[in-house]
Amino acid sequence: MSTHEHPDYLGHHFETPQQQYDSSKLGMWLFLATEILLFAGLFCAYSVYRSNHPEIFVYAHQYLDKTLGGINTLVLICSSLTMAWAVRSAQTNQRRGLILLLSMTLLFGCCFLGIKYVEYEQKWKHGLLWGKRFHPHTEETRSHEKTAPSAVPPAIASQPAPVAPPPPTGEDRSLIEAAPRGPAGLAAGAIEERKPGHEGSRPSNVQIFFGIYFLMTGLHGLHVIGGMSVIGWLLVRSVKGHFTSEYFTPVDLGGLYWHLVDLIWIYLFPLLYLIG
Amino acid sequence: MASGDMAASGAGVEDNYLTHSHGFKSWFFTLDHKRIGLMYLVSILTAFFLGGVFALLVRTELLTPGKTIMDAETYNRMFTLHGAAMIFLFIIPGIPAALGNFVLPIMLGAKDVAFPRLNLFSYHLYVAGAIFALASIAMGGVDTGWTFYTPYSTTTNSHVIAMTLGAFILGFSSIFTGLNFIVTIHKLRPAGMTWFKMPLFLWALYGTAIIQVLATPVLGITLLLLIVERALGVGIFDPALGGDPVLYQHFFWFYSHPAVYIMILPGMGIISELVSVFSRKHIFGYKFIAYSSIAIAVLGFLVWGHHMFTSGQSAMMNMIFSALTFSVAIPSAIKVFNWLATMYKGAIHLDTPMLYALSFIFLFGIGGLTGLFLGALAVDVHLHDTYFIVAHFHYTMMGGTVIAFLGGLHYWWPKMFGRMYNETLGRIACLIIFVGFNTTFFTQFIMGSHGMPRRYYNYVPQFTPYHRLSTWGSYLMAVGFFLMAGYLLHSLFRGRKAPVNPWGSATLEWQTSSPPPHDNFPEAPAVGDPYDFSNLEYDPSLPGYRRRGGPKA
Repeated sequence: MSTHEHPDYLGHHFETPQQQYDSSKLGMWLFLATEILLFAGLFCAYSVYRSNHPEIFVYAHQYLDKTLGGINTLVLICSSLTMAWAVRSAQTNQRRGLILLLSMTLLFGCCFLGIKYVEYEQKWKHGLLWGKRFHPHTEETRSHEKTAPSAVPPAIASQPAPVAPPPPTGEDRSLIEAAPRGPAGLAAGAIEERKPGHEGSRPSNVQIFFGIYFLMTGLHGLHVIGGMSVIGWLLVRSVKGHFTSEYFTPVDLGGLYWHLVDLIWIYLFPLLYLIG
Repeated sequence: MASGDMAASGAGVEDNYLTHSHGFKSWFFTLDHKRIGLMYLVSILTAFFLGGVFALLVRTELLTPGKTIMDAETYNRMFTLHGAAMIFLFIIPGIPAALGNFVLPIMLGAKDVAFPRLNLFSYHLYVAGAIFALASIAMGGVDTGWTFYTPYSTTTNSHVIAMTLGAFILGFSSIFTGLNFIVTIHKLRPAGMTWFKMPLFLWALYGTAIIQVLATPVLGITLLLLIVERALGVGIFDPALGGDPVLYQHFFWFYSHPAVYIMILPGMGIISELVSVFSRKHIFGYKFIAYSSIAIAVLGFLVWGHHMFTSGQSAMMNMIFSALTFSVAIPSAIKVFNWLATMYKGAIHLDTPMLYALSFIFLFGIGGLTGLFLGALAVDVHLHDTYFIVAHFHYTMMGGTVIAFLGGLHYWWPKMFGRMYNETLGRIACLIIFVGFNTTFFTQFIMGSHGMPRRYYNYVPQFTPYHRLSTWGSYLMAVGFFLMAGYLLHSLFRGRKAPVNPWGSATLEWQTSSPPPHDNFPEAPAVGDPYDFSNLEYDPSLPGYRRRGGPKA
C-alpha cells in the first residue's frame, strides 16, 4: 500500500496520480461520446429530411452566408490550435504561455459567437426562421438592400434583384450548376428569373431547413458557450497557479472538450452552408 | 492506505458509514457512494409508492365499464403519471443508481466510484428532474402517455414541457451514473480483481452503463426537440409544418428500447448472484452469463423498430427488425438456462431473496416468451396496442426488474443497514406479491388477445370479469407491498443485528462489516473466486458464515 506521498490533487480513492489521470481521461472520452450522440439526433434528422426533400436544402442553403460561415470555421480552427498549444504549455510548466493561450482561445470563442450573432440577426430581419415563424419578407429585404447593402449577406444579395442583377461570382456559379439536379423549379434559369418573395418559385416547407439550421447551430452555440465557461474557469485556475507539469488534467480535458465543439462545427459548416 | 484498523471480524466495529458524520448536510452533500446509494434508494422508493398509487387508481377506475371514480380526462393523466413516474423515476435509476451505487465499489474492492463528485451531482440532477416531474403533476399532469408521441404531445394543453424537461434532466443523471460505473470498473479494480474475477452483477452493471451512456443522449435530444417544438413551433415533428411525426417515434424508441435493457440487465445480474449463493453452488457458465450481458446490451440497440410495426414502416424494415428482435432471445435464454443449471443438484435455501430469484425466473420466462409473440409480424398486427402488450411489459419490467430489485434489496438489506428483517414475513410478502402479480397481469394477456385495447377508459361488458380480477390482483399486490414496507421499517429499529456474512456469499462486500465502515474496508480484501463457497462454513454463534482460510483463487 502506497501510504507515502499523496499529493493534494489526488483523490483519496486513487492509488497513484497516473490512475487518477487515466480515469479522468476515460471519463472525458465517454462524455464526449455522449455529446456526439446528442448531436447525432440532429444529424439524423438532417439526413432524413435532406434525402427526402433535397430541393428544400438546395434552395434554402443559399440564404446562408458562406463568407461569415467560412470565417467562423477559420476562427474555430485557430482556437483549436491555441487550445492544443495551451495544453502543451501546461505540460511544460509554462504558466505565462498557458494564460496567454487560454485567453486567446477565449477570444476566438467570443469572435465566433459575435459572427454567429450577426448571422442570426440577418436571418431574423429577413424572417428566415423556423417552422411557425418562417415569414420571409423579401420585399423589405430589397428595400433594405438599397439603403444598407453592406448589411445584406451575399447569399441574399445574389438573389437576382430586378434593379441590378449582380454579376455572377464564383459562389453563384456553384449554385447554378447544382440546381439542375433538383426539381424543375430550381433549374438555373428559374433561379435567374425568380422574383424574390414570389411564393410559387419556392419549394414548399423551406422552413424545415431553417428549423434544422437553427437547432444545429443553436445547440452548437450553447456548447461553445459551455466550452468558453470551462476555459474561463481554467484561466482563473492557471492564474492562481494550480497547474504544473505534474498536474494538468483539467486543462487536458477542457482541451478535449473544446476540440469536440470545434469538430462538430467542421461538420456543420459544409452540411449547412456548402450544399450543392 | 492501511488504516491500521484490524477489527476485520466486523461485528464490533463502531464507526460505520451511517454513523460516520451527522446532520442533513453530511448526507445531502456527501461524496460517499454508500450514502448516495441510500439517498437514491429512499427517493426511488418514494417514486415507486407514488407510481403505485397512480396504478391502483387506474385499476380501480377500470373495475366497472364507464365511470367508476374519475372522468376520462383524469384517467388519461393517471396512467401517464403512472408510466412516467415508474419508468423515469423508479425503474431506470432503481437498480443501478440505488443498489449499484451502494454495492459496486465494495464488490470491486474499491474505496469509492471513480468520480464521487459526479456521483453526487447525478443525484442532485435526479432530485431536480423529480421536482420538474412533480411540478408538472401539481399543475395538473400530462395526458399523453409516457411516450409523449407527437403530434398529440405538441398540441395537448397539459403540462408536457415540465414533464419532458424533468425526463431530460433525469436522463443526464442516468448518463453520469453510467459513465462513473464504466470508469470505475475499468480503472479502479484492485490488484487481483481481473475481469473474470468480477461478480456477474458487475458485468451486468457494466452492460447497463454502456446503454446508459450511448442511448440516453438520444433521448435527451429527442425531448429537447419536443420541448423546442412546443415552445417555439420548430415543426420538425409537425406534419402541418412539413415535419414527420414518425421520426419522433424512431428517436424515442432508439433510446427507450435500449432503456428496457437498462431496466432488465442489472436485474439479471442480481439473479446471477442470488441463484448461486442460495444454491450453495458455483455459478454455471460464468463466461456465458458475462458475455450474454454485453450481447444483450449491443443487440438492444438494434431492435427499436419493432415498436413501429404498425406505424407505416416498410415491409423490409419490419422483417429486419423482427429478426433482430428474435435474436435477443438467445442471450436471454443463455442466462436462464445457466441459472437453472446452477440450481441443479445445488443445496437450495429458500430464503426471501431466493424466493424472489425463483419468481423472477418464472415471471421473466413468461415476459420474455410473450415478447417473441409480439416480435412476430403477423401476430403483432393483432396484438399491437392491446392489453397483451401491457401484460407483456409488466411481466418483464415488474415481474422481471422490480422482483429482482426486491430480491437484491432483501439480499443487501443487512449489509446496508446492519439489521435483519423478519424472514417469515419476508417469505409471506413475496408469496402475496407473486400471486397478486399473476392475478393482475395474466388476466390481461387473455383480455388483450381477445382484443381489449390498452389505455381505454371504457370497455364492452364482456371484459368486465377480466378487469375485475385484474383489479383485485392489484389490491392483493398492494397488501404484499405494505406488509414488506412494515417489516423492513420495523427491522431498522427492532431488527436483529446482522452478521458480516448472513447468507454465506463469497463476494467482497460480505467480507467487510455490516454496515461497512466509511472507507469500505479496514484493510484491502483478499480477492478470490466470487462463487467459491467451499471454505465458508456456518457458525450458529454469529449467526452467519465465516471463512476457513483464504479464498480460492
